[in-house]
Amino acid sequence: MHIPDGYLSPAACGVFGLAMVPVWATASRVVKKTLKVRQVPFLAVGAAFSFVIMMFNLPIPGGTTGHATGGVLIAILLGPWAACIAVTVALVIQALLFGDGGITAIGANCFNMAFVLPFTGFYIYKLVGAGSAAGSLRQVIAAGIGAYAGLCAAAACAGIEFGLQPLLFHTANGQALYCPYGLNIAVPVMAGEHLLIFGWFEAVVTALVVKYLIHTQSGLWIEGHTGGSA
Amino acid sequence: MTLNRKLWLGIGVLAILSPLGLILPEYFKAGAAWGEWSPDEIQRMAGYLPSGLARLSAFWQAPAADYSWAGWPEKGLLYAGGAYILSAVAGIVLTAGIVFIIGRLLVRKTEKTGTH
Repeated sequence: MHIPDGYLSPAACGVFGLAMVPVWATASRVVKKTLKVRQVPFLAVGAAFSFVIMMFNLPIPGGTTGHATGGVLIAILLGPWAACIAVTVALVIQALLFGDGGITAIGANCFNMAFVLPFTGFYIYKLVGAGSAAGSLRQVIAAGIGAYAGLCAAAACAGIEFGLQPLLFHTANGQALYCPYGLNIAVPVMAGEHLLIFGWFEAVVTALVVKYLIHTQSGLWIEGHTGGSA
Repeated sequence: MTLNRKLWLGIGVLAILSPLGLILPEYFKAGAAWGEWSPDEIQRMAGYLPSGLARLSAFWQAPAADYSWAGWPEKGLLYAGGAYILSAVAGIVLTAGIVFIIGRLLVRKTEKTGTH
């Protein structure tokens, strides 16, 4: 889901880069207000987890690959705004040092994986887990469902961004200037492969870590993290 | 063992296991992620190379592109896996370090305003 340089037009890159500015500003403001000093090391571990879990490319035999992101997990533990900052840093390092995702596409990639993904996942988790007791099976399942929804929503966004390019940017004879595949291909493929395969991996990873961490009281959780007590 | 230490141990285990993300796609003959093909692959798949894509795709030359560097993948799986693990460790340290610094800068300011 790391859109490389050249797949999005400079105009599209500009739009997403600009759209992320107020998101990052708000993330800084909210994190400044809500995160505690003792939670900062946990946010750092969360960002490291996001970085490394994205290196676990899962194959669709004979086809493409995909991966989990850990973004919803961080959102459940430390809040979606904190997750936004953590995943943004992971994406910037991946683009700059490892060429995973484009420099020009950093705004779009952050929009998908550092904004749409943690927020969709967090609120679906809140919705499904509403009223559940801390540590209950329902809370763990809600975390998995949130993670699944977050990854699939981000993939669908990436599909729309890919798919809009040939529609908006093409030569007089109809050849695409950037991503050559339109909405009719990009959206079903991106959403489909994540709904069918990669979303489940993100769900299982997130649910397992939440299950493991749910009883820890080391100040890891944001206040009111359980569905019911919020 | 403190929770923080346990979590870092887990990250270390993931870094060591990370070459699975390289080996499994190869074993199951899976190509690039959808929409992350090289210009050559696009040319082959779409029948032409979009001119804007050709121009922008070389916008940035990452120092450790594809979590590896020149020469190592050709020397076999051990080197490819080793480069992947070293890339994972470098990425983990940098990402966690930068997030830690950002977090401390943001949170320290809150304490100055006297919430405690």
